[in-house]
Amino acid sequence: MTYVIVGSCIKDDSCIEVCPVDCIHPKPGAPDFETAEQLYIDPAVCIDCDACVEACPVDAVYAEAEIPGKHDYALELNSLFFAELSTVGRTA
Amino acid sequence: MAPRVAIVGAGPAGAFAAACLLRARGDAEVDFFERLPTPWGLLRGGVAPDHQEIKRLQDTFHRQTLARGCRFLGNVEVGTDVTHDELMRHYTAVVYATGAQTDKSLGIPGEELPGSWAATELVAWYNGHPDYRDLEFDLSCTRAVVIGNGNVAADVVRLLTRSVDELGRTDIADHALDALRESRIEEVVILGRRGPAQAAFTSAELRELGHLDGVDLDVDGFELDPVSEEWLADQGTFTARTNVRLLREFAERPARAASPRRIALRFLRSPVAIRGDGRVEAIDVCRNELVRSADGAIRALALDGEEVETIDCGLVLRSVGYRAVPLPGVPFDERAFVLPNEDGRVHTPAGDRVPGVYAVGWIKRGPTGILGTNKRDAQETVDCLVEDLDALPAPPHPDRAAVDALLAERAPDLVTAEGWRLIDRHELARGSRERRPRVKLASRDELLAAASPG
Repeated sequence: MTYVIVGSCIKDDSCIEVCPVDCIHPKPGAPDFETAEQLYIDPAVCIDCDACVEACPVDAVYAEAEIPGKHDYALELNSLFFAELSTVGRTA
Repeated sequence: MAPRVAIVGAGPAGAFAAACLLRARGDAEVDFFERLPTPWGLLRGGVAPDHQEIKRLQDTFHRQTLARGCRFLGNVEVGTDVTHDELMRHYTAVVYATGAQTDKSLGIPGEELPGSWAATELVAWYNGHPDYRDLEFDLSCTRAVVIGNGNVAADVVRLLTRSVDELGRTDIADHALDALRESRIEEVVILGRRGPAQAAFTSAELRELGHLDGVDLDVDGFELDPVSEEWLADQGTFTARTNVRLLREFAERPARAASPRRIALRFLRSPVAIRGDGRVEAIDVCRNELVRSADGAIRALALDGEEVETIDCGLVLRSVGYRAVPLPGVPFDERAFVLPNEDGRVHTPAGDRVPGVYAVGWIKRGPTGILGTNKRDAQETVDCLVEDLDALPAPPHPDRAAVDALLAERAPDLVTAEGWRLIDRHELARGSRERRPRVKLASRDELLAAASPG
């Protein structure tokens, strides 16, 4: 299981601050941070702890099994972000 | 002595700055000066009503600012009701968070015709901004044209095409809901000067446009030119690649035939003139090609010898960028449309520091980024402010009573945090009766009446 960030993310970085395994990217200061429209959770690293859910001020983080229908794209999109990243080099 | 800080503008940038300042200096006395009787700026007046989840940020703003002792001084305009110099006599530091209050024009003939508007005017109107409620948008035409490929363009397109049933479950202003109920608009054409790969929509906004109930999305002749293919491969962002994937998918899927409304995305088109006899009747559009300039940027150039295409329409909404306006008593950069500043410390155009004056948000960096961008931006400004505090002189009138006396004289209809609490409670209670998240009070009179106790 993983948590997933949906498109209503406002790039408030509260989730990054609380993530114990550093699986939310891009991080402030990374080269792709400014152009990113939202933050993404790396499903291969997420430990399913829900700290980010608590921290998010706009409720944009969902458990994989609870993603609302209108955001059904989000699981694949979060994975895809990291898949593409691994081909161009990891962000800071 | 506790530092006293005035924040001019209680929008997201001002709210993040106040929160940040209180984290760094728990003893700071922070006052918001706000032109409207309500706080949170574009979170209330800009974020689309069908994006309610984002509006939850107001709870965080409240908790981190007003609930921690920040004062809300609403319905007061700095520059008219109180001057910058007066603020400087009452506060250790003044932080401008006034945003970008006007929009860029197209600079084409016919732009001033009735029926041609800034998209932000429609946004302020449907979001219940009290200064815009009396605007009359003629929605009796069957086609509207939206110029620009950013998220404000996407917002207005959604609001013009979504069903009134769906909108009726949001906090859209009642006057807008009534007008949209009578709307005869069947098609909204979106013009983008560059191509699909350069569209500024976030993929989240673009995806929504393709999945609205009862709305077909037509992407005419989607093909990527070689310049964009190359750019996408070596410089494209994840969002640009996602947008191209989405547009390809939309272009290839069958038309949603039974849809009563339709959105048409038209790329590589620039408006050249808006035409009509006394009101908007059509828009002339030319075709562009993309060229890569020496600095690597992709630019749109009008194609030579192509015929100008005429699109009949009764409503034109431009959304091609925003601009800050100069503020009385403080420096302004007339070319960049910001307060000249370094990391938030305001200086004169000649480069001399203006002690005790700071900027945050769009008035500091220009109209870029999304809500959360203001959090880092605010941190940078507040870091500078806190570092400077020891060296800043105490103001001549360093107490809240002096500000209160000044405001009693200048702003008799002041709305405080308590007044806003009453407005909020009133709106939420009406919302709960109507099974909506909130029913907004959209005139100053109604807002002021709700803000007074009893």
